[in-house]
Amino acid sequence: MPKVTVDGVELEVPQGATVLQACELAGKEIPRFCYHERLSIAGNCRMCLVEVAPGPPKPQASCALPAADGQAIRTDTPMVKKAREGVMEFLLINHPLDCPICDQGGECDLQDQAMAYGRSFSRFEENKRAIDDKYMGPVIKTSMTRCIQCTRCIRLAEEVAGVPEIGMLYRGEDSQITTYLERTVTSELAGNLADVCPVGALLQKPHAFEFRPWELRRVPGIDVMDAVGSNIRLDVRQRQVMRILPRINEDVNEEWIHDKTRHHVDALVRNRLDRPWMREKGRLREASWTEALEIFGKRLKKAGSKVAAIAGDLLDAETMYAARKLLEGQGSTLIEGRQTGLTYDCTSLSAVAFNSTIAGIETADVVLLVGSNVRWEAPLVATRVRKVARKGGKVFAVGPQVDLGLKVEWLGDDLKLLGKLPKPVTDAFAKAERPAVILGPGALAAGGLGAALGLVQPLGLIKGEWNGFNVLHTSASRMASLVLGFAQPNGLNDIEAAKPELALLLGADEMPADRLEGAYKVYIGHHGDNGARQADLVLPGAAYAEKHGTYVNTEGRVQRGEKAAFPPGQAREDWAILRAVSELAGKTLPFDSFGQLRQQMVAEFPQLGRDGLIDLAWAPPKLDSKAEGPISYSIADFFLTNAICRNSPTMRRCSEELVQGLHYEEAAE
Amino acid sequence: MGYTGPLADKDRIFTNVYGFQSPFLKAAQQRGDWDDTAKLMQVGQDPIIDAIKASGLRGRGGAGFPTGMKWSFMPKEPKPGKPNFLVINADESEPGSCKDREIIRHDPHKLLEGALIASFAMRARAAYIYIRGEFIRETEVLRKAVAECYEVGLFGKNAAGSGYDFDCFVHRGAGAYICGEETAMLESLEGGKGWPRLKPPFPAGAGLYGCPTTVNNVESIAVVPTILRRGASWFSSIGREKNEGTKLFQLSGHINTPCVVEESMGISFRELISRHGHGVRGGKNADDFSNLMCVIPGGSSVPLVPAEQILDAPMDFDGLKALGSGLGTAAVIVMDKSTDVVRAISRISYFYKHESCGQCTPCREGTGWMWRVMEKMRTGDAEVEDIDKLLDVTKQVEGHTICALGDAAAWPIQGLIRHYRPELERRIAERRGRTMLEAAE
Repeated sequence: MPKVTVDGVELEVPQGATVLQACELAGKEIPRFCYHERLSIAGNCRMCLVEVAPGPPKPQASCALPAADGQAIRTDTPMVKKAREGVMEFLLINHPLDCPICDQGGECDLQDQAMAYGRSFSRFEENKRAIDDKYMGPVIKTSMTRCIQCTRCIRLAEEVAGVPEIGMLYRGEDSQITTYLERTVTSELAGNLADVCPVGALLQKPHAFEFRPWELRRVPGIDVMDAVGSNIRLDVRQRQVMRILPRINEDVNEEWIHDKTRHHVDALVRNRLDRPWMREKGRLREASWTEALEIFGKRLKKAGSKVAAIAGDLLDAETMYAARKLLEGQGSTLIEGRQTGLTYDCTSLSAVAFNSTIAGIETADVVLLVGSNVRWEAPLVATRVRKVARKGGKVFAVGPQVDLGLKVEWLGDDLKLLGKLPKPVTDAFAKAERPAVILGPGALAAGGLGAALGLVQPLGLIKGEWNGFNVLHTSASRMASLVLGFAQPNGLNDIEAAKPELALLLGADEMPADRLEGAYKVYIGHHGDNGARQADLVLPGAAYAEKHGTYVNTEGRVQRGEKAAFPPGQAREDWAILRAVSELAGKTLPFDSFGQLRQQMVAEFPQLGRDGLIDLAWAPPKLDSKAEGPISYSIADFFLTNAICRNSPTMRRCSEELVQGLHYEEAAE
Repeated sequence: MGYTGPLADKDRIFTNVYGFQSPFLKAAQQRGDWDDTAKLMQVGQDPIIDAIKASGLRGRGGAGFPTGMKWSFMPKEPKPGKPNFLVINADESEPGSCKDREIIRHDPHKLLEGALIASFAMRARAAYIYIRGEFIRETEVLRKAVAECYEVGLFGKNAAGSGYDFDCFVHRGAGAYICGEETAMLESLEGGKGWPRLKPPFPAGAGLYGCPTTVNNVESIAVVPTILRRGASWFSSIGREKNEGTKLFQLSGHINTPCVVEESMGISFRELISRHGHGVRGGKNADDFSNLMCVIPGGSSVPLVPAEQILDAPMDFDGLKALGSGLGTAAVIVMDKSTDVVRAISRISYFYKHESCGQCTPCREGTGWMWRVMEKMRTGDAEVEDIDKLLDVTKQVEGHTICALGDAAAWPIQGLIRHYRPELERRIAERRGRTMLEAAE
């Protein structure tokens, strides 16, 4: 551990730390633009200059200089001050200073640092340079004259998103950041480009000019677009969620989120169910709550124990628990969460969890993907696997070949391969210290769980503390629903076989309309989508942003999101609807507030009461390890996977451009 | 300590620098190149490095870093999978410089023999010669010379019968000045954009493809075989202490006979110009320097020196450093009194603005700003305060950049302001007077 002095204060810094990190440890703020903790070091903005002795008699870029024993670092000398002022002046001479019309205003690194480290006047009398704006796709708005060429976006695209499509053209002061041939950045992580941009050159296109950052109230939430459970911040103005930003959580999403998480917000105010609807003569008509609940209660009474509940992908644990309780009151246990009809074995939670943890997978040295288009199923797990590949780890994959944005050796797309893996794969696993398998929903659907569990022994996936057997889910509610028992041995088939008279679709929008055809379907959800279309009674519920909720991600991590806004119109929080109808059905649920509901849930399922990983003891079921048949991926269109994003104009536009490949001839304004 | 006088013909290294003979193998061998190279190498690797150290050879690319010491930074035993490399910098783009070009087109075998010996001494598996894109004919000559070497077994397995396996590759640049910076050159060789790398790590630790690499100038490498043949003490007997040896001077500008000539280090400017340049243009004879205004003694990136200071100065690293300038590549640009010196420096500023790679902020933004203010200085369309502003901007660029291009852009302007501030002020005053007259009319 090298010992350095920062402004006279001696401290020890970790081996391999940079001078900049040493200064931060000493509590000194070092201004920077190009440096970003999660990207490689460029050292080109020159804002972080400090004086270092021993060394040449000129200021040094602290972000790129390794801290060495005996260094004396000064951040407060006239030389440093002058260097910072000089660099700041250079950055500003060609910057348009159009802060009043720039969306970055108020949260702009350049603005803040100019205030802190710049001079209060300009000596530049010449004409400023201007650069044509570039087209970068449906989520990135560009204003390239503001660019300060820090190259963070170039590095993010290449290192995190795995799409080396951004670069710098030309030289010197004519340098321009652009995408390859000014085409769309083909990444589902494009929104992060605007996040890392320290100025207003790259901005979020969907909500350009809609708000100022200081108008917004910040509410911590949990993302429901996939099973990763990214930590997000919902920025709310009055009753509307205006934007979503990532919160830093090293264990889950680091500081990235994907575009579906970020840009589905416009759907939270579009095509919402804001009043009850009833089906009469084959058509839905508007109804009042009294009317709707009466019918619901009557039907519930009549059905008795012939009631089933299907949980959708975006649900919080509390809603599912309330539904479970409602059905228990009716004497029914027909609850299921796998609405598309998956039937994999759920007797042991550990056998269907992401055991290495999401943060842990990046320490793996060999990864085998089985039926997982990880880039679409969990882009933020893909970034971790990408790190493995970048560090020189091997990544193999069984499944149809797709572009994962990382170096993959494709083995074929038949499950049979798991029984006889090629020698290079077994060799790599034999040598590996932290081998991992990721089983995707494609493999689960094809019946590959048993075969994958059969690999645990021969590939040595479990070594001491390390458990490299991972199942990747795509549904935010999946793990919580499994904890709460929303799993029949044969999935949806068992429910159908029991011929329920009433089926409760809790935001279940992915269930094919021809399932449970004989039942009276009651849909509780937030968007007028597949679920509402097939329902006989539609009750407007709350989207995830409009209710508190507990979520369990694919690794079994319990996290809580907060309520950021109110459900629109007459819509109510889901648990309240269930509570109301239980009273009408004569089996009143024993809670009157969300707090009580959560308390009861935690009393019954204590593992949901503690934030963090559920302790999943490794106890795999004995399954037939023979499997064959081709694998196909479960997600056909990354941007249109659930009811919320199907109703988002931005997501539809992304889908058209990035998935369907429609070409937009659009000038960059 | 030896003589700094006119170089005796017997002490010339580059005997075909004027191109009177063929550049190719046969003629080169007649001139003494490739004469029992294996024997030179027999002494062993470290003795060669020691000999170069003892000769006092300083890098001929401009910075003047002792070549032998640079070589000694290379790992003595390369790790498996991480061979050492030698990269020879033939991306000669500095305005005024034209020595590497003469070496390559007239005496390429000196360079190639030097490449083999230097690579052997540094345990380099291969040498890459990065040649400037605009040097089309020179590349042809060099490629042919390399092919000749492979043909007769001077390169390849058991190169020149020395038992050492060696390969040499010629890579053509694409015409960017910045690729002459050593780390930008490595980046460009690897196929990347010619952006200088951050140092540390230095190339001797992690250079080309992450392997230990030394980047040397063409001239530094080309003189190596002769130094070894004739002995380090012969080389160090020429020139002044710490500035030993011979040097190719490139005389250009307002002299009667511009030329590239090999001279001893430390020769006085007066002697260099009157003997080889046949005097300054407009002078009564070769010894009449009355029409001389100023000199840029080492290529466009060093500050200019006014006539009265440089006349009797020794032309070597330390002699010119004492004048606040530098030897650089020894590209002597002579300007007589007809020169618009502000415009000359402004043109140099434009060059640096044009060639700045755009990677780091001070150089990207500063070179353009400096050039624009220089243009205002040229016409006098400025305020007197702008001179100090300009000087301050150059100080803000200097020393704050990743590579030395920022410094190179700042120094000529600093030199101009140091020596010709009255001229700048005169122009501003004159321009102001004119506008006031115009306004009065």
